[in-house]
Amino acid sequence: MPSALSAVFFIGFHGIAFAMVLYLISVGLSVTMGMMGFVNLAHGVFAMAGGYVMTRLMNQQGAPLPLALAAATVVVAVASLPIERVLYRRLYGGDELDQVLLTMGLVFMSGAAAQYLCGPLQQPLRLPPGLNGGVRLGFGEVPAYDALLIVCGAGLVTGLWLGIERSRFGAKIRAAVDNLRMAQSLGIDTSRLFSLTFALGSGLAALGGGLGASLITITPGYALDNLVYFLIVVAIGGLGNIRGPFLAALLVGIADSACKYWIPQFGAFFIYAMTMAILLWRPRGLFGRA
Amino acid sequence: MAPPRAVRPRLSGAASPGAPHAAAIDAFAHRHRLRGYEAAPWLAALAAYFLFPGYLPLVAQILATILFALSADLVLGYAGIVTLGQAAFFGAGAYTAGILAAHGWGEPITGLLAAAVAAAAIGFLSGLVILRSTGLALLMQTLVVAALLRETANKASAITGGDDGLQGMQVWPIFGRFEFGLFGRTAFFYCLAVLFLCWLALRRLVHSPFGRSLTGTRENVGRMHAIGAPVMRRRLTAYTISAAFAGISGALIAQTASFVGLDSLGLERSGTVLIMLIIGGVGRLYGAFIGVPLYMIAQDRFSSIDPVYWFFWIGLLMVLLVTFARGGILGLVDRLRSWGGGLR
Repeated sequence: MPSALSAVFFIGFHGIAFAMVLYLISVGLSVTMGMMGFVNLAHGVFAMAGGYVMTRLMNQQGAPLPLALAAATVVVAVASLPIERVLYRRLYGGDELDQVLLTMGLVFMSGAAAQYLCGPLQQPLRLPPGLNGGVRLGFGEVPAYDALLIVCGAGLVTGLWLGIERSRFGAKIRAAVDNLRMAQSLGIDTSRLFSLTFALGSGLAALGGGLGASLITITPGYALDNLVYFLIVVAIGGLGNIRGPFLAALLVGIADSACKYWIPQFGAFFIYAMTMAILLWRPRGLFGRA
Repeated sequence: MAPPRAVRPRLSGAASPGAPHAAAIDAFAHRHRLRGYEAAPWLAALAAYFLFPGYLPLVAQILATILFALSADLVLGYAGIVTLGQAAFFGAGAYTAGILAAHGWGEPITGLLAAAVAAAAIGFLSGLVILRSTGLALLMQTLVVAALLRETANKASAITGGDDGLQGMQVWPIFGRFEFGLFGRTAFFYCLAVLFLCWLALRRLVHSPFGRSLTGTRENVGRMHAIGAPVMRRRLTAYTISAAFAGISGALIAQTASFVGLDSLGLERSGTVLIMLIIGGVGRLYGAFIGVPLYMIAQDRFSSIDPVYWFFWIGLLMVLLVTFARGGILGLVDRLRSWGGGLR
């Protein structure tokens, strides 16, 4: 029995670490789709950019991990502001198909740009020595980096939830998601709110992309290859909400980790089937509002 | 969703106040009549045969892909079902024709029909389950159906060749006479003829009362329910028919290339056909004839100029189009025309 137990423990641990990364990347997508009604298929681009900035800073400038992560988050969040203002803004409330065309164009361009700037190969993640090994925990040794991921992720999630629940800015976001016109009538500057929310979501995605560079490898195809996973998390979690995607990410992360461990021959079959079943049962996602 | 397209009466020649209304009714009543400009794509294709004999394989690919985009236009532009899984039916058709040809039945036309039936069956069965949803859930379910099929084809490598693709297809000559040659002449005429017949059928379909009720469900589902239209059955029928045409398109490409790969079921194929259709213009039946050649020729040119980074330029083209030509090229043409009409 101990071996089965430790397998469950290991799967759970790895799955939760993966879930943290998925959540950080997807939560911004859920909010932009819920609040601005924008089908942002290019959301993965911001995660990819975060991963590139972080690994480049660490590998070439020798920057320490926390500094590189912070830099990646800030750089991507700031860079997303003009993109939102110039390209995205004109399509708010417009035709979904135009949004698909724009964001897929951005995905293509960013993939080619990443390959041009950093080459076609995957970016190596050189962890500091302390994070390379494992830590003894309960049933066995777990990778230290996964443990760090879970700790950081839990801290960020708590901070994000508290921020959205308690702060004035969070209250404005919730108001705009609930009823955009009412929020505007109350004098909330939704244009500014959109920009800031977009930047926040992009920054979180960059953070997730950087933190998760060991789990979701940083390659030029990142934004397209992982798009389905991000969309699944958002669709299962429900649009315009920040808790649903967390549970969806846990579900997808643990299911993915379990499938890879026990039934690797089935690939992603189970995840797709699960998504199908959940969406048939609750079309608006597990936590979407009717 | 595509915006409603009002039939624009010409105000300039209006004598009495009732006339513009009558002109609109007249235009609507005769919407199914063939117009002169509808010959343009076919003349262009024939011109390409004489002008660019070295590019016939590419032209044949474009013709087959136009059929794929037309099938997507029926569900997306007319029935208003946003799908990211059209490749499921394309791939089903390609594998059906491919497996038949690899196992001793290489007759191309029955292969096309078998592909249409297989794809329609998959469209019907999956539509039965997923078409009750709307919005993001529906989009994800179309995507998941294609992904499940792709995983299945990947695992069933004994039949499909899995990751390596299906090899050993022997496609017989058409009518036992016209062999698929190296220069792609047979493939060109084969694709052109099939596309023409399918286009006639689709054109008839979207102008029929059935087509109008599809447009109705796209524009206002609530009202269609209220007047007693069987919305689900209409959507399912459209989805099944569209799947059949996508299957024919997949079979065409499989037969002319003598190869089927897993990418024929991939998300990228569903995505690019959507992109090509949006570039041309959705819900008009002509967007496919503009968007597909534009995209595929641009891809061919860019990739020969810049073999590594060509998709940057394709992406840039898409961003520029959506910034300056919303509603696709045909949307731009419409706006230019109404602008010109306003000047008169």
